[in-house]
Amino acid sequence: MDQIPEVIRTIPLNYYLFFSTTLFVIGVTGVLTRRNAIIIFMCIELMLNAVNLLLTAFSAYRSDANAQIFVFFIMAVAAAEVCVGLAIIVMIYRNIRSTDINILNNLKW
Amino acid sequence: MTGSLFYFLTFLTLIAALGVVFSRNPVYSVLFLILTFFSLSGHYILLNAQFLAAVNVIVYAGAIMVLFLFVIMFLNLNKETEQHKSALVKVAGVISGGMLLIVMVAALKDAPVEGYNAATFNSQIGLVENLGKVLFKNYLLPFELASVLFLAAMVGAVMLGKKETGERHF
Repeated sequence: MDQIPEVIRTIPLNYYLFFSTTLFVIGVTGVLTRRNAIIIFMCIELMLNAVNLLLTAFSAYRSDANAQIFVFFIMAVAAAEVCVGLAIIVMIYRNIRSTDINILNNLKW
Repeated sequence: MTGSLFYFLTFLTLIAALGVVFSRNPVYSVLFLILTFFSLSGHYILLNAQFLAAVNVIVYAGAIMVLFLFVIMFLNLNKETEQHKSALVKVAGVISGGMLLIVMVAALKDAPVEGYNAATFNSQIGLVENLGKVLFKNYLLPFELASVLFLAAMVGAVMLGKKETGERHF
């Protein structure tokens, strides 16, 4: 067959697994610690990208094209999500002049 | 050569991701996130997935990050606006994140992940030609539904952004 990329020959698939897990956990930590709603959004993007990277790595190692199509759809859904989410954040800012999620406890009671 | 490039890109990605979480200024967070996306695109190129690398740069580093930066500048958040919350919450967040990392690494440590199969390996799967064939042959309906999703998102964003009567201008 044709030539196998060098990174697939030299780097084990486990490394991608651990790298992607670390990236995902960094995103989770950001969601737990930050209070600005926009930064929480960016951390969600980090988590989505960790999953994208892992899907791509598995797809490249197993030479199966379906996972890369899934990554494409994840990117499309993330773009739509960011579009609506940022519109919601702008609307919240118009009403309460802040994007701090500690003030957004209207649904608490 | 490729191995050291892999380690360099991994290091860069993780440092930039930590920069997103821990930088005080939201604009710096966005810039670090752009760096993360570019280094992830480098990973995709290493994995011979050129289509995803290009789409990642165009969609994430291009479109989504411009949107984030625009909103941050629009809302005038480009300074330290968070008041200092108690360090307890931050420590609790970091500890729970670290515990999650430990649990997942411990669970995945002994996972029998198979490597590549040299007999049936095809290095052309990440190229545009092959992915286009798969996309329009097997995934045509989800592809069309994605356009409906985008239409709904667009209409929703316009509805949310519309000014209500009597609302003050900021």
